[in-house]
Amino acid sequence: MHPHPLKRLWHSIIQPLDAWLMLFLGLLFVLSLLVLYSASNETFGKIDNKLVYSALSFGILWLLAWSRPQTVMMFAPPVYLVGVLLLVAVELFGIIVNGSQRWLNLGIMRIQPSEIMKIALPMMVAWYFQHNEGQIRWWHYLVGLAIILVPGVLILKQPDLGTATLIMTSGLFVLFFAGLSWKVILGAGAGFLASLPLVWHFMHDYQRRRVLTLLDPTQDPLGDGYHIIQSTIAIGSGGPWGKGWLSGTQTHLEFIPERTTDFIFAVYSEEFGLAGNLILLLLYMAILSRGLMITARAQTLYGRLMAGSITLTFFMYAFVNMGMVAGILPVVGVPLPFVSYGGTATVSLAVGMGMLMSIANIDRR
Amino acid sequence: MPRPTRLKTPRADDNQFQLRLVVALLFMLLMFLVLAGRFVWLQVIQYDHYSTLAQNNSISLVPVQPNRGLITDRNGIVLAQNYSAYTLEITPSKTGDLEAMVVQLGTLVELTPRDMKRFRKFLSENKKFEPSVLKMKLSDEEAARVAANGYRLPGVEVKARLFRDYPYKELTSHVLGYIGRIGPRDKENIAEEQKTANYRGATHIGKLGLEKVYEDELRGIPGFEEVETDYLGRAIRSLKRTPPKNGNDLKLALDIRLQDVADKLFGQRRGALVAIDPQTGGVLALLSKPGFDPGLFIDGIDTQSWKNLNEDWQKPLINRALRGLYPPGSTFKPFMGMAALETGAIGPNEVRGAPGYFTLPGSSHRFRDSKPSGNGSANLSKAIAVSSDTFFYKLAWDMGIDRIHPVLGQFGLGSRTGIDLDGEAIGVLPSKEWKAKRFSKMKPEYQRWIPADVVSIGIGQGFNAYTPLQMANATAILAADGKVFKPHLVQTITDSKSGKVQLVEARPQRQLAFKQQNYDYIKQAMEGVLKPGGTAWRLGQNLTYRMAGKTGTAQVVQIKQGAKYNAGALAEQHRDHSWFIAFAPAEKPTIAVAVIVENAGFGAAAAAPVARGVIDYYLTGKVPADVNALLQTMAQAETPDSGVSEASAPVPNKKTHASPSP
Repeated sequence: MHPHPLKRLWHSIIQPLDAWLMLFLGLLFVLSLLVLYSASNETFGKIDNKLVYSALSFGILWLLAWSRPQTVMMFAPPVYLVGVLLLVAVELFGIIVNGSQRWLNLGIMRIQPSEIMKIALPMMVAWYFQHNEGQIRWWHYLVGLAIILVPGVLILKQPDLGTATLIMTSGLFVLFFAGLSWKVILGAGAGFLASLPLVWHFMHDYQRRRVLTLLDPTQDPLGDGYHIIQSTIAIGSGGPWGKGWLSGTQTHLEFIPERTTDFIFAVYSEEFGLAGNLILLLLYMAILSRGLMITARAQTLYGRLMAGSITLTFFMYAFVNMGMVAGILPVVGVPLPFVSYGGTATVSLAVGMGMLMSIANIDRR
Repeated sequence: MPRPTRLKTPRADDNQFQLRLVVALLFMLLMFLVLAGRFVWLQVIQYDHYSTLAQNNSISLVPVQPNRGLITDRNGIVLAQNYSAYTLEITPSKTGDLEAMVVQLGTLVELTPRDMKRFRKFLSENKKFEPSVLKMKLSDEEAARVAANGYRLPGVEVKARLFRDYPYKELTSHVLGYIGRIGPRDKENIAEEQKTANYRGATHIGKLGLEKVYEDELRGIPGFEEVETDYLGRAIRSLKRTPPKNGNDLKLALDIRLQDVADKLFGQRRGALVAIDPQTGGVLALLSKPGFDPGLFIDGIDTQSWKNLNEDWQKPLINRALRGLYPPGSTFKPFMGMAALETGAIGPNEVRGAPGYFTLPGSSHRFRDSKPSGNGSANLSKAIAVSSDTFFYKLAWDMGIDRIHPVLGQFGLGSRTGIDLDGEAIGVLPSKEWKAKRFSKMKPEYQRWIPADVVSIGIGQGFNAYTPLQMANATAILAADGKVFKPHLVQTITDSKSGKVQLVEARPQRQLAFKQQNYDYIKQAMEGVLKPGGTAWRLGQNLTYRMAGKTGTAQVVQIKQGAKYNAGALAEQHRDHSWFIAFAPAEKPTIAVAVIVENAGFGAAAAAPVARGVIDYYLTGKVPADVNALLQTMAQAETPDSGVSEASAPVPNKKTHASPSP
C-alpha cells in the first residue's frame, strides 16, 4: 500500500531533520518574532525581512542536514584556504569601515571573510584530526594550533578582537575534544591570565575603552557607557515577571540602542522579566544538551569534533551576548543566536545546526 | 584520503571523550548559573533601584556646550570672541505638518531664501528627532514673538546659542582662520581620533588657521545636564548639571595694532608681511593681502560669496605669507654673504671687481648687472650695500652649489619653519639632488646640475623660491646671531579651569655654529644698505634707532594666477615683486621683518617703506601720520635695485645652458 504523495513529500522533508533540535529552534523562532516586533516599534518591516532570511536559512540547514557529513567534510580544506586568501586580500585591499579593515569589495558586493571562517576553521581542524586518526601525536596539536592561528592573527590585525577570539575559540574547542592534554589546557589557561597585562598593552584604544567602560560605565554616559547603563536598567526594571509584551518603557522610549540586533536581549528581558530569562536559558540549555548528545553518539572522529565544537560555539555566542547586555562582559559585536535581527549571522548559525543534524543522522541511515 | 569510517578508537579513549563531554556540560551549566545569578541580582534584589531608574528615565542627558576659548593679541585685545544670540529650531519628529509649520513661522519671523535653503540642507543632514536650525540670530522682538506663540508651535524651540565673532575681519583672516559647521569629513576625523565624547552636541569645529591648529585647546569639553522630559520629550526642568570645561584662551605674540599699521601701509596692494621677534620667535605680525571676511564661512558660505572669493584673480583665500613662493631676489645676498664668509670663499676685506656684466669662462653670454655701468670694485660689505649683481654672480660661480646649499639650509630656507599654522609651503633651496628629483621625468640632460645654474641663484633668482615667512624667519635668525626658534603665533595658553598659563616655545631650538664676527660683518653691511650709497639710503633718513635691511626685486610670478586670462590684471601682473627684509635695532634686534609687495617694482620703492613704517611703530610707537606721504617720499627716484631691467634678465639663457625653468 502506497502512502499519499503529500505524505511522502512531508516525510522526505522531515526525514533528515532532528526532531528535538527543530522543536527547540522552532520555539526560539516564535519567541524571537515576538521580541523583534516589540523592538521594532510594532512595525512589520523587519519581521518581513526576518521571515525571508529565516526561510533561506532553513533551506541551507535542510540541505546540510540532508548531506552526508563526510561529503561536507571534503570541502573543509578548499573553503579554509579560500578563507585565508580572502583574509590576506582584506589585509592588502580591504575597505576601512569604522577604523578597521574587515570588508572586501568584490565590485558587486562587499564580503566579510571572517564570516566564512566561523565555520571553515573548526571544520578544517576537525578534518585534520580525522585525516590523522589513530596515529595522533603531540605535534598534531601544534599543527592544529597553527591552523587556528593563521586566520586568527589575520582577523586580529583588522583589528577585530571580538571576532578573532570567537573564531579561534571555536577551533580550540576542537582541540579540546580531540583530547588535548589537561596539563596543557590548565597551563595555557594560567599563562593567559598571567599575560593579561601584556594583552592590555597591545590593545587598541577603542578596545581598552570598552573594558574601562565595563568597569565604570559613567565615564562616558552619552557614548559607550550609555549602552550598558541603559540595558542594565532595562533588565533590572523588568523585575521577576517583566513589564509585559510591548510594554517595555525602556524599549519604547528608545533608550535601548541597537535594540533589534546586539541588544535585543535587553528588550526581551524588560518585557518578560526573570521568568522569561530563565525560560530562554532553559531553551538554550536544551539545544546545547541535544548538541552534546549528538556529539556523544557521533560515529566518526570528525563528527564528534565538529558536533562538539558547534555546540560549544553556540553556547559561547549566547553566553557572551547575554553577559554583555547584562553588564558583566565587555561590549563586543556578538548576536544572540537566532534571536538578534541579522541575516548573515543567522545563516552561519543555520549552517552549524545543519551540520549538527547531519552528524546526528549518520547512524539513522 | 581515507574515508572516515566508524571510530577505530579503543574504549579507553572513549571514556576520555565522555569525560570531556561531561566537563563541557558542567562548564556550560555553571556559566548559565552565573548569568542566572546576575539576572536574580538585577531583577529581584536590585529591582526597586532599577525600577525607579526606569521610571525616571524620562530623564534625559543633554550635552551642555563649552564656551570656545578666546583669542587675544599680545596686549589683550580680543581677536576672536563669542556672543550669545537666539536661534529658531524645529524638531521634525515632534512637528505634525512641517511645511505648514514653516509657513506659520514665516508670519512671525522673516525667513529669507537663504534661511530656507540652509534649513533644507540641515533637514537632509540631521535625523528626524534632532532639531534643525530654521533661522539664526533672531532679534529680541522675533524671539519674544515666537515664545509667546509657543503653545501652538509643537517641536519649535528658541534656543540661546553662542556664535563666533572675528571683530577684525579681513585683518586677521589669514592668522585666525575660522570655525565652520562640522561636516561628514570632520565627523570621520573626530571618530578616528577617538574624540567623539568631546563633540557631543557640537555644531562647529576649527577649519583653518589658529582655529584649526589649536582646536583641541579652544574647544573645551562639554558638560551634561540631566533634564526631566514630558512624554513628548520636551524639557520640563533641569535636575542636575555637570558644567562643561570651557576652552582654553590663547594669547598671541601678534600685535594687532602693528598688524593694522602694516595693513594700512599696504593699502589695496597685494603681498605679504611677516614680523618676528628674533629673541623669542614670536610672530608679531602676519599679513597676507588681500584677506577675506572669515565670518562668511562660519555658518556655511553662500554660493555667490564663495564664487566671488574663489574666482577673484587676486586670490584672497591664499595665505601668501605661508604659501606664496617667490624668488627672494637680492634679499638673498646677505645670506649668500654668510655662506661665502663661512666657507672661506671670500675674506672680509677682499676687494673684487664689480663690473657691468659677468661672463662664464668659454661663453659669450653676458649675465648683466642692473647697473649697466657696474659698481667698479667692491668688498663684500659694499657689494651688499649697493646690491652688486656681478659680484654675487662671480661669488656663486666660485663657490658652487654644494658649498652654498648647506649654509643657507641652516637659515631654514627651503624647509618648513614649523609655525603653528597649517599648510606651510616648503619652497626650493636648490641643490643637485633637488634638481635631479624635480626634473626626474625629463631627459637626463635636464636633470643634471649645470655649473651655470648657480650663477643666477647667487642673486636670489633662478630656482630659488621661498615664502615670506621663511624670509622673515631667516632674517630673524641672522638678527639673533644664529638663535633658531620655531616661529609661533601663540604665546601663552591659559587653562580655563585652573587659570594656569602655559608658555609656548620660550627657548631657542638650536644655535647655529657660525662665527660671531661673520654675523657682525653681514649685519653691518645690511646697515650700510640704509646709509648713503646703499640701495635704500632714502629710507634710512631720520632714523631714531639703528636699522639694517636689504632690498630685493623678484622677477618670476610664482603664485599660480589661475587659468583665466584677465586682460586688466595682466599688465600689472607682469611687473616685478618688491621685497624688503629688515631688523632693528641693529645692536640688539627685537623685530625682524620680511615684506613682499606683488608687482610693485623695485624693493626700495614699495616694500621698504612698509617695513620702515612697521618697525617705526613697533620701536617708537609712532603711527605713520600720513601713509601716502611716507610712500611718496620713499618712492622718489631710487638707485634701481638689482636683477630687474629688461637687459639684465638673470634667467638662464638657452645659449649658455638648457635648464628648464621650474
